[in-house]
Amino acid sequence: MIKHWFKSGAPWIWLNAAAVSTCLIMVVGVLGLVVIRGVGHFWPSEVVQITYEETGGKTQTIIGEHVDTSITPAAMAKSTGHILTDKEDTLVQYLMKTGNRDITGTDFRWIQERHVKEQQAPADLMVVERREWGNFYGQLVAVKESGKLIAEGTEAWPVAKARIDDALLVFKQIAHLEKKEVGAINYSLDQLRLEQKKLQLKNQWDESAQKRIAAEKAELEIEYKKYQTQLSELYQKIRRDSLLAKTENGTELEIPLAKIVRIFQPNTMSAVEKAGHYCVKIVEFLLDDPREANTEGGIFPAIFGTVMMVMMMSVIVTPFGVIAAVYMREYAKQGFITRLIRIAVNNLAGVPSIVYGVFGLGFFVYILGGNIDQLFFPESAPAPVYGTPGLLWASITLALLTLPVVIVSTEEGLARIPSSIREGSLALGATKLETLWLTVLPMASPAMMTGLILAVARAAGEVAPLMLVGVVKLAPTLPLDGNYPFLHLDRKFMHLGFHIYDVGFQSPNVEAARPLVYATALLLVLVIVGLNLAAIIIRNNLREKYRALEG
Amino acid sequence: MTATQVRSHTIDMSSVLRAPQDNGVNETCIKVENLNLFYGAKQALHNVSMDMPKKKVTAYIGPSGCGKSTLLRCINRMNDLVDSVSIEGKILLDDENIYDKAVNVAALRRRVGMVFQKPNPFPKSIFENVAYGLRIQGINDKRILEETVEKALRGAALWDEMKDRLNDNALGMSGGQQQRLVIARAIAIEPEVLLLDEPASALDPISTLKIEELINELKEKYTIVIVTHNMQQAARVSDYTAFMYMGELIEMGTTSELFTNPKKKQTEDYITGRYG
Repeated sequence: MIKHWFKSGAPWIWLNAAAVSTCLIMVVGVLGLVVIRGVGHFWPSEVVQITYEETGGKTQTIIGEHVDTSITPAAMAKSTGHILTDKEDTLVQYLMKTGNRDITGTDFRWIQERHVKEQQAPADLMVVERREWGNFYGQLVAVKESGKLIAEGTEAWPVAKARIDDALLVFKQIAHLEKKEVGAINYSLDQLRLEQKKLQLKNQWDESAQKRIAAEKAELEIEYKKYQTQLSELYQKIRRDSLLAKTENGTELEIPLAKIVRIFQPNTMSAVEKAGHYCVKIVEFLLDDPREANTEGGIFPAIFGTVMMVMMMSVIVTPFGVIAAVYMREYAKQGFITRLIRIAVNNLAGVPSIVYGVFGLGFFVYILGGNIDQLFFPESAPAPVYGTPGLLWASITLALLTLPVVIVSTEEGLARIPSSIREGSLALGATKLETLWLTVLPMASPAMMTGLILAVARAAGEVAPLMLVGVVKLAPTLPLDGNYPFLHLDRKFMHLGFHIYDVGFQSPNVEAARPLVYATALLLVLVIVGLNLAAIIIRNNLREKYRALEG
Repeated sequence: MTATQVRSHTIDMSSVLRAPQDNGVNETCIKVENLNLFYGAKQALHNVSMDMPKKKVTAYIGPSGCGKSTLLRCINRMNDLVDSVSIEGKILLDDENIYDKAVNVAALRRRVGMVFQKPNPFPKSIFENVAYGLRIQGINDKRILEETVEKALRGAALWDEMKDRLNDNALGMSGGQQQRLVIARAIAIEPEVLLLDEPASALDPISTLKIEELINELKEKYTIVIVTHNMQQAARVSDYTAFMYMGELIEMGTTSELFTNPKKKQTEDYITGRYG
């Protein structure tokens, strides 16, 4: 009976189905974990006020958000030094985010459930997201203007809200002025400094040049002064108001509005308000710059850097890979050497990526970049321009890393094109080049896109080589901006993969950053899916166009 | 040389073949002289010599592997694409040796068009398929292209079926239509010679009939050489027939004579179905 069952082949079908399900479960599990942990972070959770009795019998108040729960069996808890009564068989601990790092020194603390005497969620508890020192949890006491009280008690909250909205507008203006306008002036001044040095090196630093540069400098200075006065006005405006807030143990703290991102009272918010808050936070996460050592704010520069780097990589790797594949498949004599090269190319795909990173640093950055600096940018010495890790070198290194994938799939695509099509073209008097260009390459384009898809998938997720050739934890400027020549290939950039590593493991505040790690991981997956999807759509269109290639 | 004769080296030189249709002078268009072809060490054609007259249909018949397709592919140098091939002897197209070093192969193939066994349209629109040969000659003038495409499609008896579908993908056509499209593509560049390598072998009987009718029309303008497996087809469409066996040209003559009165025993055996 069993023998019969084995013979029927059914066990193999079950085995295959089981393998497929296991793979599916693992993928869904990974994505599910990342989604649940990452997406929940932005939802405003309830802030509780806890009356806590410490072991000595002293009571204190704790205000904060509940983040995590840990349940430890009694025996284990005892062995780590906790004193439990015989009635308790588990030790339940809560991780509370209590904020106020400037006062207490920590953002988080573990408390034991059995010591919680009372737990409330008063409506007037307020969360202040600050630009420094993390969140503040407490109660609003008053709003001050130039040191004088203007609202107190229940009136304070709406006044504070309105003042903060104003302050945020001013803050935006300041940021715009500093980044865009003053940034452009600084950039121009730096260019002028380099030009001066260049002329000096060339011995062309004569009177006319001096005059010209001085004039341009003076013009920029005037402009700078103008912005400076605007800025100081704005700064005065934003520094005028402040909030007076009370912490859990009654300490009063004055928080200037200039340091506040937003305030909210989560316990009074309706579901709709919470959803609105959630959306605002998501948008902030996607579009803002990071703050507080990357543990708060957004990750826009990292998204931008990742996409930019992958696109540059694609632009570099596709022509090289296609040309190499065309040569090997169409022109090179198929023999021992071609076979050897093909094996070498295939093996390149198996080289650990960090090795490419080392090569990129040693060859591209130091040798190539160093020489480029010597030849073309002597004026900026000793500061390197291309002789230091940057976007260009990172893209080229990853292009090298993904080259084998593109070569192999393009070659396969070329091999699949029936010889009858080539003969048809040649019989019409086309040369080999014309046949390639007009018929073979278009027909092989879906295969090239397949190669590119694989390359993008691999490159977007690479982190190790990038750490050597261009990624930094915080880049002050994007590689693309409004200053000529707009695309700055020499700049360092941020990358989602490295951001995950940095926030998760190099951050001073790991607890605070953990949800961000998941959110960033989710985003990295989404970015890669998006890039791939774009490539797949292009490929499917091409396939549709050149379909039905029966051999 | 006097071109009123069609000569085969296996046939007595004095035997003069009568032209099947009396439409003027039978000028020689292609002349094969002592052609030997090797695939590596294996010889595929043995000392073949023949003349093919202008604006007539010459058919090659013979069993599979006898070298008839190989011979055909020599005429537009398609065999150059095979790495291991070496060729001795001459093929003269209008008294010019096409294997001469100075010959531009692409230009030769423009003069000698070819249609293959399986229809091989490009994965482009019908219009672009026909215009392909013109485009590679650098002709991109829309009016000229449109005129030529229409003329070629009319020439291949496709215009009426396809005039409203010119922008459709050629791969959506039926096999017979595709084969006629390929013929239109070949005649669009106005070659002197058309080589047809079993053009109807992958088609149904009705499509085959259409192709055969087309061949009859095309010979007004082109010298046609056709390879076929099908002896009835050879009898129907060709003016001259060459019988090949094991890489050798056994016999060549006017079609009516070769089929009614073969001179060689092998030919007789083949056409009466005793082997092959």
